[in-house]
Amino acid sequence: MTAVLQVDGLHKAFGGVRAVEDVAFAVSAGELLALIGPNGAGKSTCFNMLNGQLEPDSGVVELEGRDITGMSPRAIWRLGVGRTFQITATFASLSVRENVQMALYSHAGKLRSLLSRFGTALRTEADALLDQVGMLDQADRPCGVLAYGDLKRVELAMALANQPRLLLMDEPTAGMAPRERVALMELAARLARAQKIAVLFTEHDMDVVFSQADRIVVLDRGRVIAGGLPAEVRANPDVQAVYLGSGH
Amino acid sequence: MTFASFVIQLLNGLAAASSLFLVSAGLSLIFGVTRIVNFAHGSLYMLGLYGAYSLIEALGRTPLGFWSAVVLAALAVGLAGVVIEVVVLRRIYRSPELFQLLATFAIVLVIKDVALAAWGPEDLVGPRAPGLSFPIEILGRGIPAYDLMLIVVGPVVLALMWLLLARTRWGALVRAATQDREMVGALGVDQARLFTSVFFVGAALAGLGGALQIPREPATLDLDLSVIADAFVVTVVGGLGSLGGAFLAAVLIGVAKAFCIGFGFSKLTLVVEFVIMGVVLVLRPYGLLGKAPATPRAIGETPPPLGPPRRWPVAAWLVLFALVPLVGDRYVTVLLTDIVCFALFAVSLHFIMGPAGMVSFGHAAYFGLGAYAGALLFKKAGLPMELALVLAPFVAGLFAVVYGWFCVRLSGVYLAMLTLAFAQISWSIVFQWDELTAGSNGLVGVWPSAWLSGKPAYYWMALALCGIGIAILWRALFSPFGYVLRAGRDSPLRAEAIGIDLRAYQWAAFVLAGTMAGLAGSIFAFSKGSIAPSSVSIAQSTDGLVMVLLGGVETLTGPVVGAAIFTWLRDLLARETDFWRAALGLMILLIVVVFPQGLVGGLAALYARWRPA
Repeated sequence: MTAVLQVDGLHKAFGGVRAVEDVAFAVSAGELLALIGPNGAGKSTCFNMLNGQLEPDSGVVELEGRDITGMSPRAIWRLGVGRTFQITATFASLSVRENVQMALYSHAGKLRSLLSRFGTALRTEADALLDQVGMLDQADRPCGVLAYGDLKRVELAMALANQPRLLLMDEPTAGMAPRERVALMELAARLARAQKIAVLFTEHDMDVVFSQADRIVVLDRGRVIAGGLPAEVRANPDVQAVYLGSGH
Repeated sequence: MTFASFVIQLLNGLAAASSLFLVSAGLSLIFGVTRIVNFAHGSLYMLGLYGAYSLIEALGRTPLGFWSAVVLAALAVGLAGVVIEVVVLRRIYRSPELFQLLATFAIVLVIKDVALAAWGPEDLVGPRAPGLSFPIEILGRGIPAYDLMLIVVGPVVLALMWLLLARTRWGALVRAATQDREMVGALGVDQARLFTSVFFVGAALAGLGGALQIPREPATLDLDLSVIADAFVVTVVGGLGSLGGAFLAAVLIGVAKAFCIGFGFSKLTLVVEFVIMGVVLVLRPYGLLGKAPATPRAIGETPPPLGPPRRWPVAAWLVLFALVPLVGDRYVTVLLTDIVCFALFAVSLHFIMGPAGMVSFGHAAYFGLGAYAGALLFKKAGLPMELALVLAPFVAGLFAVVYGWFCVRLSGVYLAMLTLAFAQISWSIVFQWDELTAGSNGLVGVWPSAWLSGKPAYYWMALALCGIGIAILWRALFSPFGYVLRAGRDSPLRAEAIGIDLRAYQWAAFVLAGTMAGLAGSIFAFSKGSIAPSSVSIAQSTDGLVMVLLGGVETLTGPVVGAAIFTWLRDLLARETDFWRAALGLMILLIVVVFPQGLVGGLAALYARWRPA
């Protein structure tokens, strides 16, 4: 099986600090890969090099065999990569449905119109996506008044609007109540597996990671120190040392 | 260019830079701590000049009298700053940023009339500095000793300010608040006292900057806006909140201006600083020594959703407006013509600053350029009036293409100040290109064709064209294009992440808004029969801002209501009193304090409260 996302030899330094060093991993269709590590391990830097926010010093990022290293976030989205943010980013003054419609309109290349009325097209498609994430009943509310957990769901619906091959989720459950966290990640996992989407996510909550990830990659000080199935990673002494201190 | 003349011009520039630095440092300090862009800062400088003039007259033209006057004037202006902070601004710290801006505009109007009442409309030429009026010979040329002393003042004040900020508890609080105001509040610092003291120091610096200029420039009533434009440029070039940057920028701009004068390009002086600013902002978007502003912790109040206009009320108003000339007199018809022009102007400004989130301090550029383009196409190119009227907006649109390309690369206050810079460049070109624009006299004989020469006929044409313009802009706001603009204002990050090239849309919005403002200007020019540089001026830009903010930036119809009320009020007050500016300013202040959401927003809120549940 070919990987949807293939990362090789990724390097990034800020001044003298080597934030990411020689990182490599791959994610296949329908697979959930968790990227974990203590604070400052390089997760966010790594993530931002995949989504186009940062340009790597060296290394290759390939999407379905195509080199996307250093492309803009816009271009990467056009190739079929959906994203959710650590701190939700939605359009607060637009309704939930309009938020999803923005993504759908953009995917369909329908945003350039100056005189047609926005919102009349792609309504059923938007509602279908909202139904998937359980937000249909709030479709007419402005995003600015939603609860945080609901915003995360809207983001997920927006991320799925371009029928992505790859979903990048930066701390998808940050800022949520513990029970909601597993529920949201379960939802994401269910949708991804059903639609054969490859998912890469970073996460601090180990309950979420070990219950939902198919595989886990562990970063520490910019390097991959372990990788594999949850059980293997859990048993890995290096990982235990990083998370629990070397005394264990 | 000889070496001697080079040195002389350099010294001239450095002398001018000192006052520029003082006023900019004050502006920067106040902005850093309170996040208020104090438009009235130029007015404080102006008060410093007038104050020093009167105090010298009172205390005598001796070295002691002169220097006591300068210091007392600075302190008095500092106290004026305290009054402004305590009486007005303290009440609206929780209001949206733009509303605070509106309040400072109103203060500009009030101070201008206070100065008019106290010192009269004539320019006042101050005495030369007693004891320092002799020239000092440098490389065979005489330089006034006072100028050399001024060169020293700038660095001395910079050093003192640096000491104050680095070595005192007050300075530590100011630096902390500049970095993170919320945190300083959370740590239990009395913000009201901190803000008041910052206003005192900032205002006193502006007052000192003005007072020190008394031997070099006359006190005049139009200094307020010209100085604030200069101070904006210096703060932005140097980097908002950076004292060292402000000094560097003041020196750069002061010297560049002096060289322009010294080498016979005096026409360039008005343009040169704005060119420098444009170049710096494109290369270093946050100024020479500035840093990218920290993202605010709280996302703040999100603008409410915008609803499309309801057809029947709009149609009813249109019919009502169309009927007025049948019953009203000539005066009412002329006033209504003004109102519809300004309504389109305000709606076009609202289009970019409300839904698109790009505040423009210089929207008059397009209004004025549209007006001049119409007049020139008619008079110089000999086009029929109708054709000139309709083509002129596209000329304004072309300028918006160029200006907008730079502007959409920035955001927030920096964007706003760049728009001001472009407006000022446009104004300078219009003002100085005598052969084409007749300079300060303006162009006359710009009359409409015979069939439009009656006031009602012209009014109906204006109503129709402005109505179409407003309809296009409103329609665009609810199109996918308009939604992209709103989406980009709400979250540029998300817009980018769903494949939207936000800048391209913002650029297009700039051009559309500029074209429509140009249409408003062109209609305005032919309605008056003449056009003067004031149509491109900062005052015209601020009028537009006041209209939009008065009506309510978060509503659709607000700008139209604001334009109508502002135009009518100004006309009414101007006929009743010589001090109409102060009256208008006080009314705006009252509205700001009572209706922090603008008139339409405030009335809507009232309606919502009283509506039967």
